Amino acid sequence: MHNIVTMARRELGAYFLSPIAYAVAAVFLFSTGLAFGLGTFRNGAESSLRPLFEFWVVMILVFVLPMLTMRLLSEEFRAGTIETLMTLPISEVEVVLGKFFGAFVFYLVLLATLLLYPILMSIYGPLDVQLLICNYLGLLLLGALYIAAGLFFSACTNHQIIAVLLSFALLALMTFAAEGLAQQVEGWPRAVLQHLSVRMHFANFVRGMLEVNHLVFFLTTCGAFLFLTVKRLEMRRWQ
Amino acid sequence: MIRAVNLTKRFGPLLAVDRISFEVERGGVVGVLGPNGAGKTTTIRILTCFQPATSGSASIAGFDVINDSMEVRRRVGYLPESTPLYPEMRVREYLDFRGRLRAMSHADRRDAIRRVADRCWLGDFIDRPINQLSKGMKQRVGLADAIMHSPEVVILDEPTIGLDPRQIRETRNLIRELGEHHTILLCTHILPEVEQTCSRTIILAAGRIVASGSPQQLRDQLSAKARVVAEVQGPEEGEVKTSAAQIDGVQSVEVSSSNGWIRVAIQPKPDRDVREELFRLTTAKGWTLRELRREGATLEDFFIQVVAKQQGQQEGQPVLDTQGGDHA
Repeated sequence: MHNIVTMARRELGAYFLSPIAYAVAAVFLFSTGLAFGLGTFRNGAESSLRPLFEFWVVMILVFVLPMLTMRLLSEEFRAGTIETLMTLPISEVEVVLGKFFGAFVFYLVLLATLLLYPILMSIYGPLDVQLLICNYLGLLLLGALYIAAGLFFSACTNHQIIAVLLSFALLALMTFAAEGLAQQVEGWPRAVLQHLSVRMHFANFVRGMLEVNHLVFFLTTCGAFLFLTVKRLEMRRWQ
Repeated sequence: MIRAVNLTKRFGPLLAVDRISFEVERGGVVGVLGPNGAGKTTTIRILTCFQPATSGSASIAGFDVINDSMEVRRRVGYLPESTPLYPEMRVREYLDFRGRLRAMSHADRRDAIRRVADRCWLGDFIDRPINQLSKGMKQRVGLADAIMHSPEVVILDEPTIGLDPRQIRETRNLIRELGEHHTILLCTHILPEVEQTCSRTIILAAGRIVASGSPQQLRDQLSAKARVVAEVQGPEEGEVKTSAAQIDGVQSVEVSSSNGWIRVAIQPKPDRDVREELFRLTTAKGWTLRELRREGATLEDFFIQVVAKQQGQQEGQPVLDTQGGDHA
């Protein structure tokens, strides 16, 4: 536990010391701001944040979060710091969880900036706080899943660019393509693709519905990616 | 303190380390010497729990590197070859981070950082970001990190690379000092480093131990091979050569001329010193003698000899050990 906190603090510190994190934050703020300003916050539009959360934020996260996670492990491999790290009394699980939470806390900072939009909306009408909490819970779970997947791809390669591209591809597939692909096939592949469709699970949170099976989907998938990352890290030692 | 039994490491078809066994007692500096690609770094990575061996076992302070990996890691300080560091951190932050992961208390970390900053001369740049440091400074940060938790075993892979001559000397002194309280495994391909710092040397070539012993012992194995060199003036080369060859105890003679002086290099038979005989010969003949000396073998000669031999015969038994005198 102690080691996880130490690792997470270092990763978080590395974000704030590197220009990439600021660039990522700028892209996130700019694009969400654009989506809000042009899509939601205009005369005659429905007073709802649903389109923003349901589509725009998710799409932006598919591109933004891999940029945050790409360096987590591949940078250690490339610079060789993995050698000094893994010869300390720290386990693979602690390293992976520490890096995961480091990125997750940075993600929380990004999410906090999104609060600006509901606050702006509340000037014009009453705010559904319960719905907002539900939306945020969904975003937390979605982000955790994306970060875990990005961390896994970062553990697969020494090249940050390859890690980020693989993460884009998988996240885009799971988030946007799975639903459409499911319509093209029959039987069990359809069931699998539908189950893997991140947007389908996420949509329930946006609508304000809390259902256990969707919660379980995010937690198990996130856990599976973290597990694979640990295994991948252990495997590297044997190569 | 360190014990390796039949360590073997394969990378696919490549045999990097081939059935290495050795033991290191507590205290002192042990040098691991070998040409590039001899398996030094691989051996060290097995000992530091970074990579498991393909077969064989290793233990540090009685703890197995696989089964009690965490206990081993607590007791080892390690400086890898390229000194990998996190460039965006400041030196003090980095050492503090490493101390935390070694479960050192706040007070321990503060004291340890002050102590290693002093010992490794980090004073001037302790609060600077690591990416602004020169190679030599980074090397010292890595060294400070390796010793900050006062480990029982310190493993250093090429610690003086990239340092300037003054820092090299200071680092070697530091390593010698550390050897009084810690067990140090010093991996290097720089021979003078071994001669100056190590109480014992293990020589690796092509993944095997080809010799081990103190630098003195290794040199002694060659001292029988010491040559006698003289420079004389007067006669012709041929006469010098035939006269010298007639001295009792001479195995072979080489002569060469330069600037009117004839240089005679005599290889005596084992354990024979022919300097007196050679002196008597020159006086009897009336030659002018301006130099007469015995050329001792260096560790370098030894190293080149055993390594060349090992590379010449990849198969077979180790070429040398300190017990066997058969090194011809």
